[in-house]
Amino acid sequence: MSAETVEKAIEKKPSEALLSKRRKKLISDPLVDDNPITIQVLGICSALAVTTQMKPTLVMAISVIFVVVMANLTISLLRNTIPSRVRIIVQLAVVATLVTLVSEILRAFAYDMYKELSVFVGLIITNCIVMGRLEAFALGNKPYDSILDGFGSALGYSWIILTVAFFRELWGSGSVFGIPVFDYVSGIFGDDFSLATNGLMVSPVGAFIILGLIIWVQRTKTGYVEH
Amino acid sequence: MQQSNAYIITFSVILTVVLGLLLSGTSQVLGPMQREAEALDKKKQILGAVISGDEIDAMSPEEVNAFYTNRISSTVVDINGQEVKEQGGVAVSAETVDIAKNYKKPADQRLYPVFIFHKEGDSEAVESYIFPLYGAGLWDAIWGYLALDTDMNTVGGITMAHAGETPGLGARITEPGVQERYVGKEIFNESGELVAVSMQKGEGKDYSDNPHQVDGMSGATITGNGVNTMLQNYLGHYKAYIESKKGSKAMAAAF
Repeated sequence: MSAETVEKAIEKKPSEALLSKRRKKLISDPLVDDNPITIQVLGICSALAVTTQMKPTLVMAISVIFVVVMANLTISLLRNTIPSRVRIIVQLAVVATLVTLVSEILRAFAYDMYKELSVFVGLIITNCIVMGRLEAFALGNKPYDSILDGFGSALGYSWIILTVAFFRELWGSGSVFGIPVFDYVSGIFGDDFSLATNGLMVSPVGAFIILGLIIWVQRTKTGYVEH
Repeated sequence: MQQSNAYIITFSVILTVVLGLLLSGTSQVLGPMQREAEALDKKKQILGAVISGDEIDAMSPEEVNAFYTNRISSTVVDINGQEVKEQGGVAVSAETVDIAKNYKKPADQRLYPVFIFHKEGDSEAVESYIFPLYGAGLWDAIWGYLALDTDMNTVGGITMAHAGETPGLGARITEPGVQERYVGKEIFNESGELVAVSMQKGEGKDYSDNPHQVDGMSGATITGNGVNTMLQNYLGHYKAYIESKKGSKAMAAAF
């Protein structure tokens, strides 16, 4: 009899589904409703700096996803051992290590990308999204949830910078991923239809304008108002 | 929960050691690959002075290395144009000379590498001479490679790079459209003085009838001036070597 009750006690706590509703929200919330760039207005610096072209932006997005997810996982695993008085420094050390790893790997396997992104990869350290997620989520939640949360936030960051980069490269350089779209257009419709590129889009001002438009569209749809 | 000081210090020490080992390990493993990537990048820059960027982009790393080995030979000279084989008992090779480090020394003590671009299939015949350049832009260092045709006067091509010029303004020195403006220009004037090629203020004018001037970059006059100074300086440093090649050429023609 006693053996039975013990078994029941274990069964009583069913594990949460791998992608339960709550966990799905961890990923989907930062995409629109709680987007790190457009709602929380974090990580603007890199959103302006690297988004002149799609290719470096994609590499930057992947790097940020890697850093945020890994940092969230590490901090979450250590959350019960980290002394609270030095937790910010511990977070910083973990993030800095991850960022250095990314930068070293790029330098070995994608040197051209490394040259182009150089200081911006290093500046992921100062990207508030990373430290923000560590402090707000990973320190108080289990590893798997922290991974999902980090992935969601980084994805929310990524799609915004990729969208900004798409328009900046298209209007500023007339291409997408280095493919000269404008040249094809004038090739199909003849030279009368040649499109001019806009130099404003290449400068950081262009990123501000696109970002502003995205925020405008998004807030019109979601009805979000700043408190 | 408030931890004791001993716990905090122990935790910090362990964390530091673990992260430190991780980083130094990575650096050890990736080091050789990084040096290879850097050497390849340098070769691409050198070749960029004589062949177009599109051609280089189309080549695989192995092809770049093979092309470089087949077509480029190199030498190191001093300010007087004399070949330098060793310095302080150590043999020098043009590939390992660090232009940026040499830039910090006085001009007459620097080593000056020269890369010689040969005709296809003929390792004796010279197509052009490639000279490294180094200088200061608006924010940070700029550098490049200039190719001179065998008359030692006509610019065959130039490639430029920068560490931190403003994107869309000074950073345009890396664009083929800007670099092409130098092709066909001359560095000596009619009376044989070294005047180099200077980029002018403003953009959109036609300088095709002036062999020593090229169109400027709008909004990047300071970077343009940096490029001018860099060309003026380094062509000056290489002047002895250039003159010697010119002399031997004239001599050969006279015979």
